[in-house]
Amino acid sequence: MIIEYITKKMIPFIQIYALYVITHGDLGPGGGFQGGVIFGTSIILYIVVFGMERGKRLFPLKIIDFFGSLGVLIYSTVGILCLLWGGHYLEYTKLPFRNPHLAAHLGILLVEVGVAITVFAVMVVFIFDMARKKDA
Amino acid sequence: MIDIFLLMFLVIFSIYSIHTEDLLSSVIVLSAFSFVMTIVWTRLNAVDVAFTEAAVGAGVSTIIFLSALSRTKRGEEKRVTKKINIYNLFAALIVIFTGSVLVYGTIDMPAFGDIEAPAYNVLAPRFIIGSMAELGIKNFVTSILASYRGYDTLGETTVIFTAGVSVVALLRRKGGT
Amino acid sequence: MLDLILSKYNYWISILLMMIGLYGMIAKNNLIKKIIGMNIFQVSVFLFYISMGKVRDGTAPIHWDRALIYDNPIPHVLILTAIVVSISTTAVALALIIRIYKNFQSIEEDQILKVLAREENKTDS
Repeated sequence: MIIEYITKKMIPFIQIYALYVITHGDLGPGGGFQGGVIFGTSIILYIVVFGMERGKRLFPLKIIDFFGSLGVLIYSTVGILCLLWGGHYLEYTKLPFRNPHLAAHLGILLVEVGVAITVFAVMVVFIFDMARKKDA
Repeated sequence: MIDIFLLMFLVIFSIYSIHTEDLLSSVIVLSAFSFVMTIVWTRLNAVDVAFTEAAVGAGVSTIIFLSALSRTKRGEEKRVTKKINIYNLFAALIVIFTGSVLVYGTIDMPAFGDIEAPAYNVLAPRFIIGSMAELGIKNFVTSILASYRGYDTLGETTVIFTAGVSVVALLRRKGGT
Repeated sequence: MLDLILSKYNYWISILLMMIGLYGMIAKNNLIKKIIGMNIFQVSVFLFYISMGKVRDGTAPIHWDRALIYDNPIPHVLILTAIVVSISTTAVALALIIRIYKNFQSIEEDQILKVLAREENKTDS
């Protein structure tokens, strides 16, 4: 009872911290992997406290699988966009923004988001598929 | 001084984690090992690596080990036959031989913290200067990770996606349960 | 002599950790123990790389106006990649172990080998 209450209150803070880590990867320590893993950890916490069934109702497996491939797709799409604007693959400075530095910032941010989505989805998939199915 | 102390802790934890027969306590000690490793990396100024180790090594890796233990057995079985002891001795011989060859290899390596080391003098200054001038990114690790070595990170993302796919292929039954 | 020890002790301790991990991988009979040994081995390699990237009096590789020398950021990047690969390999290996346990009801190497040998004899005769 107490554990469930505290978990419900804690999960939003963990998720906001994860988003902070993802978006501030170019200013301080952190980035896509760390943020993705922390975001996945918040959902793992939910599964550990409330059980696998409720976790699966909240995050259906189909959506999690979709997210896993979406991240890689975002990453490679950013690379192809750089090709379209005349740069090399993943050369962010050629993206059409005001100046090259802003373009590099936004390109790296998009890539980090892609990495974070994939890492988050795969971490949740690991738990869903590897943990014991029934509480016996 | 504190560095040597922490490194000794690492050695003790790893020996205990290999030696103990209870797999659960072995996994928990491995998690503690990762936490000490995080402190060591902060001491070595590798803040990004320390962050990743705290999240991945001490957090998710322990949970994955525990969920694997929950579907297998907790204890390690003891064996007291003579033949196995010879096998263990042989393994120890191989390990000691490999270790001594590696120690011999470190003798003419540059000293710890040497600024003249070849690893520091070719690419590192170019990335450190270029990161601010070309990209305007303050964290050099992120700029190398996402921009200069972008292919590498794309491959790494694909690796973790492939790992997810193979876990699904190995363990998921029909009907999505 | 003391100079040599003081300038190399980080490398030597990472070699010691590598030896412990390698011993766990070779000599232990339990499959999960082998994976734990593999994890320790990987961490020792990471420690070796990060030790090579440290520069005396260097600061963390994040831009700072008052910094004179930065540590080498390239090993940090390589190890960041390697940590994520190591968690992937661990997860796939543990998934394989779960499947092995389902088939053989055991995670001890010699018992699995015994069962396999018995099955092979059955198909031969």
